[in-house]
Amino acid sequence: MTTTDAATHASHEGAHDDHGEHHALPLWLLVMTWGALMGLTGLTVFLATQFHLGAFELPVAMGIATVKAVLVMFIFMHLGFDKPFHSLLILGSFLFVFLFIGFAMMDRGQYDGQISARTDVDLYTE
Amino acid sequence: MSDAHGHPDKPFLQHHFEDEEHQFDAGKLGIWAFLVTEVLFFSGLFCAYAIYRGMHPEVFTYASRALDTKWGAINTCVLLFSSLTAAWAVRNAQLGQKKLLVANLALTIACAFGFMGIKYVEYTHKFHLNIYPGVEASEYLEGSFPAPKAEKVAYDVGVQAGAGEAAEGDHAEGDHANGDHGDDHALVKWNDPNIDPRVKDRLKTFFGIYYCMTGLHGIHVLLGIVVFFWLLLRAFKSHFTPTYYGPVDYGALYWHLVDLIWIYLFPLLYLIN
Repeated sequence: MTTTDAATHASHEGAHDDHGEHHALPLWLLVMTWGALMGLTGLTVFLATQFHLGAFELPVAMGIATVKAVLVMFIFMHLGFDKPFHSLLILGSFLFVFLFIGFAMMDRGQYDGQISARTDVDLYTE
Repeated sequence: MSDAHGHPDKPFLQHHFEDEEHQFDAGKLGIWAFLVTEVLFFSGLFCAYAIYRGMHPEVFTYASRALDTKWGAINTCVLLFSSLTAAWAVRNAQLGQKKLLVANLALTIACAFGFMGIKYVEYTHKFHLNIYPGVEASEYLEGSFPAPKAEKVAYDVGVQAGAGEAAEGDHAEGDHANGDHGDDHALVKWNDPNIDPRVKDRLKTFFGIYYCMTGLHGIHVLLGIVVFFWLLLRAFKSHFTPTYYGPVDYGALYWHLVDLIWIYLFPLLYLIN
């Protein structure tokens, strides 16, 4: 059994070298990703505190956050170098979050008139 | 027969897996499935946020001034750095660099404590202003809090809004002035008689969401500390090898997700103008 294990082990070592699936990410890539994330954090704070973007404020902030999220997932979480199935899983969860919040907002919109017409006291005491 | 499935030379390879690759892949699928449930778990709070902000955007704009952008930004940087050290730790484990692995795991834990420390400062500040999660908040929101408290709230929010009238206030709060400098918002007073009472009444909605979202996120950070202490202990014992580093990878993935959620929480709560 031990020899078989050793053989399997050896063959897998070979597989690692061939496919590079489990190769460690280079340090410069990790550090540069972190630098980009810090830069984007600075940018979003700068835009939010120094400018009045009005209606664009939320989309811009969410856009920057999404770029950061993609960087974290693609590089720090190895999704860019991992089995595509893991990306499919997490993207699937985002799809359902989108449906959940989207439908909830649509439903909320349907009752906008009725809710706005009532006072907060009514809403809170029920 | 049972011995035939054992792996005596690999102490951490469970008998029901063919080899380390098999075990690693199974664990990786498991952690990703868990992260999916985490995303869905948090989505309920994001949904509540979206609906209440859609209903009362002015309340979010107003109440957000009670949050200090400076602390939020610092905490974002602390978490991003801890994500770097966590990703680096995975690399160390893959390459069998024990000392660096221990150092990076320890740094990640230190950052997690730093994050919670800053959260403690922020929460304490709010408790000081009588802003509590839950029903107690209503007392303060109804305006029945004592006058000095009202002055203090007005002072802090006023300073955040960039007003200069607070110069006579206590110096300990002076650093808040740096949070929003150059802002030409009108002075906002929480005890302002001109404020729409309905806005005041709705403030508890914002702080309820604030406490739920940051609180749940904070619980995840605390759990991350436990996980990383466990990893640190195992790294000390030299458990991890280039062919057995799954737990480090899974722990780091969890930590990155906690970071990911904060990446969205920070602009949603702190950066509202």
